[in-house]
Amino acid sequence: MIAGGPIGEIVFALGAGDRVVGADTSCTFPEAFEKLPRVGYQRKLSAEGVLSLRPSLLLAGHESGPPEALAQIEGAGVVVARFAEALSVAAAVASVREVGAAVGRAAEATALARGMEREITSAREEIARSSSRARALFLYARGPGTVLAGGAGTAAAAMIDLAGAVNAAADIEGFRPITAESVIAARPEVIVIPERGLQSLGGAPGLFALPGIAATSAAASRRVVSLDDQLLLGFGPRLATALRALAEGIRAASPVAR
Amino acid sequence: MTPALTSRRFSASLAGFALALSTAAVIALTTGALRVPAGDVLAALGSALRPTVPVAVDPASAHVVLFVRAPRLAMAIITGCILGASGAGLQGVFRNPLADPGLLGISSGASLGAALHIVAGGHALGGVGLPLAAFAGGLGAAALAGAFSAGAGARATGALVLAGVGVNAAAGAGVGMLAHVATDTQLRDLSFWLLGSLGGATWPRLAVAAPVAVTSTLALLRFGRPLNALALGEADAGHLGLEVRTTRALLLAVAALGVSATVAVTGPLGFVGLVVPHTARMLFGADARRVLPAAALLGALLLVLADIAARTVAAPAEIPTGIVTAAVGAPFFLVLLRAQRRPA
Repeated sequence: MIAGGPIGEIVFALGAGDRVVGADTSCTFPEAFEKLPRVGYQRKLSAEGVLSLRPSLLLAGHESGPPEALAQIEGAGVVVARFAEALSVAAAVASVREVGAAVGRAAEATALARGMEREITSAREEIARSSSRARALFLYARGPGTVLAGGAGTAAAAMIDLAGAVNAAADIEGFRPITAESVIAARPEVIVIPERGLQSLGGAPGLFALPGIAATSAAASRRVVSLDDQLLLGFGPRLATALRALAEGIRAASPVAR
Repeated sequence: MTPALTSRRFSASLAGFALALSTAAVIALTTGALRVPAGDVLAALGSALRPTVPVAVDPASAHVVLFVRAPRLAMAIITGCILGASGAGLQGVFRNPLADPGLLGISSGASLGAALHIVAGGHALGGVGLPLAAFAGGLGAAALAGAFSAGAGARATGALVLAGVGVNAAAGAGVGMLAHVATDTQLRDLSFWLLGSLGGATWPRLAVAAPVAVTSTLALLRFGRPLNALALGEADAGHLGLEVRTTRALLLAVAALGVSATVAVTGPLGFVGLVVPHTARMLFGADARRVLPAAALLGALLLVLADIAARTVAAPAEIPTGIVTAAVGAPFFLVLLRAQRRPA
């Protein structure tokens, strides 16, 4: 049983996907999750719902809850393995090893972790050679009325930094609603936004029509990078791919490269 | 006006409700996402009564019955009772059919307390921190409404309703402000809490909430006579020898205390406190001595049934109980309203 998209991705990458009996709604990659029973959203797990699938192990990502439900699940004899949020390359690699240990695939996890480290190192070398240092603003959106900026301490900020760009919202903490004026004050040259968020705004035209955004240089030159939510923010096994895609996206969108 | 039932027929109806509630309780204990045979449910319950005797029940099933379903059932019953009874009591004392525990600001005050804890309180006090904050918020809001309407003399009832509206608006602004500054995850926690759910019911929380809620319910049931006198108007009630102000203050305090205790655990469960008393009146007439116990029983029955639906409809996921109470209760109430208007 898995609660937390990135954890689920690791389990499948370790070849233990056939032992998964259920997952929460945040598990979207790989596609095999679509065939598995869903136990609702990870922050609102139902103890009995989870137990009804008869798991022996619950892999609980950092957002899993509520604590009462986890305690009830543990009380029924299920091992609950909790994982911290990964916000750095080291933590992402460590999560792979921890999940591997929890599901009894330590050897596979070591191999996967080494591969990740190798790929990430080479990706970062490439990025260092061609870094644009563009000012990138990460936006989390659920419709035009709910637009949050990714400030310091978020997975978004860590990704922007690793991709060789500058987080335009570094002076705010966490994900915060952002006003039109503060968007302009952040002077973003490029917008980074998860695909689902961009869809909720009606695509790039909707994004660039938002108050504040419309007046930025990112909007003037229509620079936006949109990647799958979990690829971008999950800090999972595809981290190197995500970094390359993000760095490439920012570079391709920047006027220097055109 | 519904013709008054004979007291024997009323007793029979109450017994019928009690029987329906028992049946619903049995269903609540035996159904859920996890398939547990009725025999195992019995064995698990038996093992709780005699812990020394070993039983051959799958430990996961036993745990679900004893530590998931049973506390939820108990919480549904005591919450339904206090919401129904306090709704009936408040409608009587305000002589206003729109009065319910939400009107005094209890729900919104509790929501403000919960929001403060979620957004600013970190994880202070572990599992009891949020309920305590919500309890304090609910009681505080009711006390505030009471304080602002004190000294209004003959217009005290109207003043209290208006003070409740004011407190509700202020608490709503506070929740809105906290939601605005909340992080994404805090916001989701908050919005789930605001939908109301019995999923947070655990024995330790019940141990705190139940004594308060049950005592308040029992106390409310004793207000039948004073409420009947108040129904004649405050002046007439005074002539009948009723201490109007004391009675009103006492009922408000008891209702606020009991409802705050359960809202703290469940979050706001709309509809029950407002509509259950109306249903009780449609069935049994205006006599508060009948409406109060009937509303308590009906409230419990509605919540137990609603929670069964909440736990099973989307299994293995579940939907918030508050959505079910409104979705099931509202149409039922409208149909009942129509049936009553129709000439006999």
